Amino acid sequence: MDKFTTHTGIGVPLRRGNVDTDQIIPAVYLKRVTRTGFEDALFAAWRGDPSFILNQDAYKAGSVLVAGPDFGTGSSREHAVWALKDYGFKVVLASRFADIFRGNSGKQGLVAGLVEQEDVELLWKLLEATPGLEVTVDLVNRTVTAGEATVPFQIDDYTRWRLIEGLDDIGLTLQHEAEITAFEATREAWRPKTLPARTLPKIDIEAARSSS
Amino acid sequence: MGKTLAEKVWEAHIVRKGENGAPDLLYIDLHLCHEVTSPQAFEGLRLAGRPVRRPDLTMATEDHNTPTLDIDLPIADLTSRTQIQTLRNNAEEFGVRIHSLGDADQGIVHQVGPQLGLTMPGMTVVCGDSHTSTHGAFGGLAFGIGTSEVEHVLATQTLPLQPFKTMAINVVGDLPPGSTSKDIILAIIAKIGTGGGAGYVLEYRGAAIEKLSMEARMTICNMSIEAGARAGMIAPDQTTFDYVEGRPHAPQGEDWDAAVEYWRTLHTDDDAVFDVEVELRAGDLEPFITWGTNPGQGLPISASIPVPETIADENERVAAERAIEYMGLVPGQPLREIKVDTVFMGSCTNGRIEDLRSIAKVIQGKHKHDDVRVLVVPASARVRLQAEAEGLDQIFLDFGAEWRNAGCSMCLGMNPDQLAPGERSASTSNRNFEGRQGKGGRTHLVSPLVAAATAIRGTLSSLSDLDLPVGTDLTTFDGTPLAPLDPNVLVQV
Repeated sequence: MDKFTTHTGIGVPLRRGNVDTDQIIPAVYLKRVTRTGFEDALFAAWRGDPSFILNQDAYKAGSVLVAGPDFGTGSSREHAVWALKDYGFKVVLASRFADIFRGNSGKQGLVAGLVEQEDVELLWKLLEATPGLEVTVDLVNRTVTAGEATVPFQIDDYTRWRLIEGLDDIGLTLQHEAEITAFEATREAWRPKTLPARTLPKIDIEAARSSS
Repeated sequence: MGKTLAEKVWEAHIVRKGENGAPDLLYIDLHLCHEVTSPQAFEGLRLAGRPVRRPDLTMATEDHNTPTLDIDLPIADLTSRTQIQTLRNNAEEFGVRIHSLGDADQGIVHQVGPQLGLTMPGMTVVCGDSHTSTHGAFGGLAFGIGTSEVEHVLATQTLPLQPFKTMAINVVGDLPPGSTSKDIILAIIAKIGTGGGAGYVLEYRGAAIEKLSMEARMTICNMSIEAGARAGMIAPDQTTFDYVEGRPHAPQGEDWDAAVEYWRTLHTDDDAVFDVEVELRAGDLEPFITWGTNPGQGLPISASIPVPETIADENERVAAERAIEYMGLVPGQPLREIKVDTVFMGSCTNGRIEDLRSIAKVIQGKHKHDDVRVLVVPASARVRLQAEAEGLDQIFLDFGAEWRNAGCSMCLGMNPDQLAPGERSASTSNRNFEGRQGKGGRTHLVSPLVAAATAIRGTLSSLSDLDLPVGTDLTTFDGTPLAPLDPNVLVQV
């Protein structure tokens, strides 16, 4: 994962709350088995609307999304983060995020910063007054600067540290493999194992037919 | 000070306590996989040369993309076929158990785990699917994870997790006839909002919850995520133990006794303190229906579409205006006057045998409304077999419904089961987001009983709109335990 300290890029005001993951990337795009190439899927339904913010020339190359509260609700699909990243977004700011989305962002190097709603409103006004305005997101000091205004954002210490250092979670965990093994030795016998598989008797399933 | 149920389960799984703001490292008892959120995780393992640490705590099934018709033919959609084939290849390469299309234990992953007895109290269960919260109904910590975390669990059988806050949802009183656990959870989400549970593990408690069957409890925990919660859980009790006992992977003999003894300790202590407590009165709870485009936009069926001008909060007003426009509704219009085109009965929320039984009881001997398409999709192939053994399939077919094979189906329309643009559904599923069931589709989330009544009348309806014979026993509809899935019935098929 790339290290992240500061980023400067065009801010995009998305004046919507409850932007769920089905809006960020509709399910039909989830059939791919690769981890990249989702930029066309981002906000797919809304991008058909010429007035949608990302269809406006000044915002097209945006990399800092400023959204309404409860961004990323709904499904756990990490594709939502991949789509934002593939499009070019490095940062999403909102006053509240869905937990799973925020977790996924942290794993993928997308900064999900919590900004007070009144500061979101301020950023929206600035970004609408000057389309294409660049904002600077400083992860070290946890601030967002747009024009003359600087507002704070929150991100938990651990995620911030990992993003700044560009650390891989699995590698970090495997440093404690001995402790995992020790824990496994204490697990009770009743806890189920999927193997060897135990099932009810095998029964043939009759296929429902499209002709019927 | 005492501990909450969630804290007890959490503490029993700490491999390593986090220091200096680092998260705790938690052990994962069961990892369920499906075809949509796992391919990139397996690819990550392959690139790093890592094995699956515990294939014996991992299981895969195919559900999101699978067709519900002609399942013995090659899957027509090439990208769906590729994704499913990728899961099969990965399962074989990494030694993971898989239940594929056509197998009796194929189906929605949140039905398959409990039905095999793999989901039990006191466990940590994860899956790359937000509705993993379903398994919390057994009194475990169960939550959806992203693909990076799927890879992390495959590689280490652990997850680093930030601490959570706890919220008690006390559901007091008795559900009236015609209202179900689905109405409880829709009312809770309407009350606390789609972000109300963010950062919390919810524990559903109270007399109304204790009376619910296991499957009705699963419906509630399933939709915890629609309130933004990390997880939802219900303390295990005799209802839970009875459901688990005798299932293929349930412990036996001394192991069973030891397990039950431990499970009986899994409840919130009397002197434990929740960060937040919320109360919901079940006694006068009407069937709930969503009118908008997020699950928090729900109202009792006797209500009307909100009038945006009367909403004080600006964000909510704008959201309501957008939702009403998208849904093609009129402010002030009574919910009961809304005509639907399709009724979808299924999903990990309400596609279980009890749901199918309760619907069958309402529609038996009747025919669907002429203008309505009715799709019945059991949550798993085993549920379908059970329903057929009980003769429910014939009741649905006589009603004019389509009796399909198992899967996620129209809940999210990744397979061919989709709404057309502008088409309106009453759906027993869990999300009414824009385009969720098909581009331009309009979704009203409802209980199985509302789905049944709506299919009969063609407009959003509840049981009270039906001419049920005097003396019809509706009490079995309120979520009180029906007979559990009986393995012996299947053996006789």
